[in-house]
Amino acid sequence: MADGGPDGSPPVRARGLVKRYKEVLAVDHVDLNVESGDVYGFLGPNGAGKTTTLRMALGLIVPTEGKVELFGRDPMREGARALEGVAGFVEAPRFYSYLPARKNLELLAALDGDGASSRIDEVLEIVELTPRAKHKVGGFSHGMRQRLGIAAALLRRPRLLILDEPATGLDPAGMRDMRTLIRQLADDGITVLLSSHQLPEVQELCDRVAIVDSGRVVYEGALSELRRQGGAGYRMRTTEDERALPIVRAQAGVDGVASGEHGIGFEADEASVGELTVALGRAGIGVLSLTPELATLEDLFFRLTDDKGVSPETEPPPRELVEAS
Amino acid sequence: MSSVAAAPAAPAAVHPARRPSTFTVYRWELRKLVSQKRTYLGFGLAVILPLIFVIVELVRNQPAHGDTIFAQEILQSGLATPVLMLTFLVGFFLPLIASLVAGDIVANEDSNGTLKTILTRSVDRGQVFAAKTAAAFTYAVVATYLAGAVGTIGGVAAWGFHGLRTLSDTYVSAPKALLLVFAAHTFFLIPLIAVASIGVLLSTVTRNSAAAIVGTIGVTIVLAIISAIPGLEGLHPYLLTQQYFAWQGLLRTPTDWAPITHSAWVCALYAVPALIAAYLVFLRRDVAGG
Repeated sequence: MADGGPDGSPPVRARGLVKRYKEVLAVDHVDLNVESGDVYGFLGPNGAGKTTTLRMALGLIVPTEGKVELFGRDPMREGARALEGVAGFVEAPRFYSYLPARKNLELLAALDGDGASSRIDEVLEIVELTPRAKHKVGGFSHGMRQRLGIAAALLRRPRLLILDEPATGLDPAGMRDMRTLIRQLADDGITVLLSSHQLPEVQELCDRVAIVDSGRVVYEGALSELRRQGGAGYRMRTTEDERALPIVRAQAGVDGVASGEHGIGFEADEASVGELTVALGRAGIGVLSLTPELATLEDLFFRLTDDKGVSPETEPPPRELVEAS
Repeated sequence: MSSVAAAPAAPAAVHPARRPSTFTVYRWELRKLVSQKRTYLGFGLAVILPLIFVIVELVRNQPAHGDTIFAQEILQSGLATPVLMLTFLVGFFLPLIASLVAGDIVANEDSNGTLKTILTRSVDRGQVFAAKTAAAFTYAVVATYLAGAVGTIGGVAAWGFHGLRTLSDTYVSAPKALLLVFAAHTFFLIPLIAVASIGVLLSTVTRNSAAAIVGTIGVTIVLAIISAIPGLEGLHPYLLTQQYFAWQGLLRTPTDWAPITHSAWVCALYAVPALIAAYLVFLRRDVAGG
């Protein structure tokens, strides 16, 4: 498990964070609580304010209001000291295109101090860039730059890794590898704050999430709790669906009953489901299958962000928000 | 990534990390400059212009045109060449060379997004600013001495290592003349550093390399135009462009320190506020480029 700050402060704590660009409110009173050991998903559509929030967390931009602390330290007040044990990148990681990958890492290691230069070979190996270490970054693909970004972050031996859309722009294999790496880093005790608009990525990696929409956090907490709040649904197939339907509807504790070609869907707690199966048996109706169906993250995401009827991965963001965030 | 098999670096223990010094950041700023082709554009100008001058004068084999004593001395002493070249270069080319890097040094990294990369490491913004400013100054210094060295070597190779007549019409020995050539270039660095400081300010504020470079040259051109407008003679002592020739006080006997000391504080009036403003902007600016 990752450590907290010297006084047990959490890796990230944001309170009332606001960023305004003239007329555009990019971040609207955001509170975040990333605990040690979390793989924390910061989820929202493009232009929702995720990147702007992460920039404030890393001290790159000045909050209009509120503050963010990393292990109890405010980057705006304590500068580089607040970033001790913290690494990551916002948007795509950027490097000096005229320098080879290794030279880029040497430069960043020099700016890290604390023996970071001795870890260059190790981190290049981790992201499988050793064979390309002497090649100029200008010739690197997007995926290779993302991997170099992870390598640059690992140089700092972080306790908190902040990654902004790390899998964006990668091919399916690259996305899979990136997720595997993040999972492994988390397993090794690194707290991860991961922004994404890719729901499968968050669902696969994260245990706690904040969902942000139009600059505001609309949910923060455990992913499992979010899915539980989404309601416990069931789908059931019987020997006689037509006769079973009124019995299901009449059963106490059962709601949202709907019938279709894949059987009868409904929401209920476990006790009510048990009573329902007994009632069906008494009526001479056999239960062929009874499958629990938890709400998907996508369902919940759209519910929380006022379903705009488009995928969060494809929605074109408002231009002013993209520029702002 | 076969990272699954590899063991990532373990998280650091909770202890104060040893932070890099500003000199380390400065050293890497220089390495970045050395690695960029455009860095050599200014150095190329600093080398080629004196070389062209020497070659043309060798071919012509007549005293150079001009009303300065050094133009008349060109064929008598190779050490007249760097002094004459300095007179030519101070008005435009050396300020241009200084602004090429000073105007670019922050804005380029901002627009490429690498500024956010280095600002998320273990160095404070103040350290990065100091290192970048020092690197821009270093470039201006190297370019100036490079032009002086090429002029000196070319002049001496063409016309010999001889003593030099000063602006006071006195004669100084060759070794002393060489020392004066070096001192002249050194004291010209005072206004040149002021020009570079304006470049750093514009680079920080505009976030656009081209705008910062053109803006810096624009400032010096505007000051030069002001110095040519009748009725504004009272401003002349306080114009940066008027300080470009203060080093000529060294080439008088006895040395005339008055224009040099005047130049020092006038240049400080340009450089110090520019650097303070640039520093404050850099400390509090939003870094969202790239």
